[in-house]
Amino acid sequence: METEQDAHAACGPQEHYFSALSEGRFRIQRCEGCGAHQFFPRVLCAHCGATALAWIEPAGTGTVYSVSLVRRKPEAGGDYNVALVDLDEGARLMSRIVGMPADRVRIGLRVRASVSREGERALVVFGPMEAA
Amino acid sequence: MMSLDMLRGKVAIAGVGHAGLGEAPGYTEMEVLAQAALRAVADAGLSMRDIDGLATCSSSATMWSMPVAEYLGLRPRYIEATMLGGSSFVAHLLPSVMALVSGQCNAVLVCYGSTQRTAAFGRKEGVKARSLLDPQPFEHPYSPLQPVTSYALAAARHMHQYGTTRDQLAEVAVAARAWARLNPEAAMRDPLSIDDVLRSRPVSDPLTVRDCCLVSDGGGAYVMVRADRARHLKQAPVYVLGNATAVWNRQISSMDDLTVTAAAESGKRALAMAGLEIRDVDVAELYDAFTINTLLFLEDLGFCRKGEGGAFVEGGGIAPGGRLPVNTNGGGLSCVHPGMYGIFLIIEAVRQLRAQAGDRQVRGAEIALVHGNGGTLSSQSTAVLGSAATC
Repeated sequence: METEQDAHAACGPQEHYFSALSEGRFRIQRCEGCGAHQFFPRVLCAHCGATALAWIEPAGTGTVYSVSLVRRKPEAGGDYNVALVDLDEGARLMSRIVGMPADRVRIGLRVRASVSREGERALVVFGPMEAA
Repeated sequence: MMSLDMLRGKVAIAGVGHAGLGEAPGYTEMEVLAQAALRAVADAGLSMRDIDGLATCSSSATMWSMPVAEYLGLRPRYIEATMLGGSSFVAHLLPSVMALVSGQCNAVLVCYGSTQRTAAFGRKEGVKARSLLDPQPFEHPYSPLQPVTSYALAAARHMHQYGTTRDQLAEVAVAARAWARLNPEAAMRDPLSIDDVLRSRPVSDPLTVRDCCLVSDGGGAYVMVRADRARHLKQAPVYVLGNATAVWNRQISSMDDLTVTAAAESGKRALAMAGLEIRDVDVAELYDAFTINTLLFLEDLGFCRKGEGGAFVEGGGIAPGGRLPVNTNGGGLSCVHPGMYGIFLIIEAVRQLRAQAGDRQVRGAEIALVHGNGGTLSSQSTAVLGSAATC
């Protein structure tokens, strides 16, 4: 378990999450009360209400729970996907599946997380595990 | 202590009205709201001076009940401004029932107006402003086209998990259109086939533009009074038999199971308050912001089992002449959808229960189930309404 939370005690979990992400580290919370992992980060566990939460580095592996191809004119950048990914730890997050054609992503696909930088912003994206 | 079932039928909807359906160029939101309110009050045989309770909310103005009271010249003793998105005007029923039964007030006006289609600051600008005022930092960076992408994710999951087909989703839009063709007030009355839905412009797969509700202007209102008073007013009373609201999440990424909505809870509680079973329902008005909604709510409310919504609507199952009349005004898909549609569900149910629905009248309709949805499958409010014969 990391002790990042102490080092960043001057801020709330949301700022902590994004500052770690901006340094290339994807972290999620694990409840020390019930053991559940949660995403997005909060000041309490949404499963049991406990406030003792540890930051952990997830394995990064997960499964596409659902996906939609959002249609956009080619001149605006073309179609892109929006996916919901279930991490192997049990938490779910919205993301984008990269490293494969946007329209080929299917529910059930095994994926691996990476931190991508888009301009000023760092964000978690996933690529297919087979390609890794 | 009282229990909720003691409130069954104690309050009735005495008047309904709408204004500016479709397009209301040159009018403000407040003006279409006020026109709808005037019609609802007149429909009840009351005057605005009789109104001493107000329930309203807006997608943009956070303190909306104050300008509404000011504009209409009301000094309400009861104010309800809970904002749950499209389900709000269904969810306003129960607190209003309590306010009326307790004697806090004597006549509640529930009202809404929107000019999101024609106003300079319309739907698009509203979405942009909300992303700043009400940020979702764990979803927005991935540019979901909201709200449609959230519903598309639910549709994709339902198809994957239960084998629901694209054609079955299209059936929902086709049935809505068939009802709209019987409703002179509906915006979209041209014939619509399953192929038309499938071949229309894709927006966020698997949903096409014909799987999505209209972007309309419009105002709607209804008036509630205690049942004993309603029996002496102009229209046959429509009794509030049950109402319940449930919220489990706001963001689609926080929803445990995209194939099960909080309607599973709100429906059970509303029916329990009404002392009725789902098979007692004669007509259903289910918030069809997108075609997947109707399937999810048919299942979650218990009209069919989980996963069987697609089969339920097949072959015109919810169209005129089908097994269950659903969205008899043409719904948000083909009648009207001014941002928050919930109030129009109530208006249509009231007309059906008063046998004032013209060519689309469901014969012998005594019990209506109204189900409102808000956000991105986020808030769910179910109401059971009964005709004059039920109390």
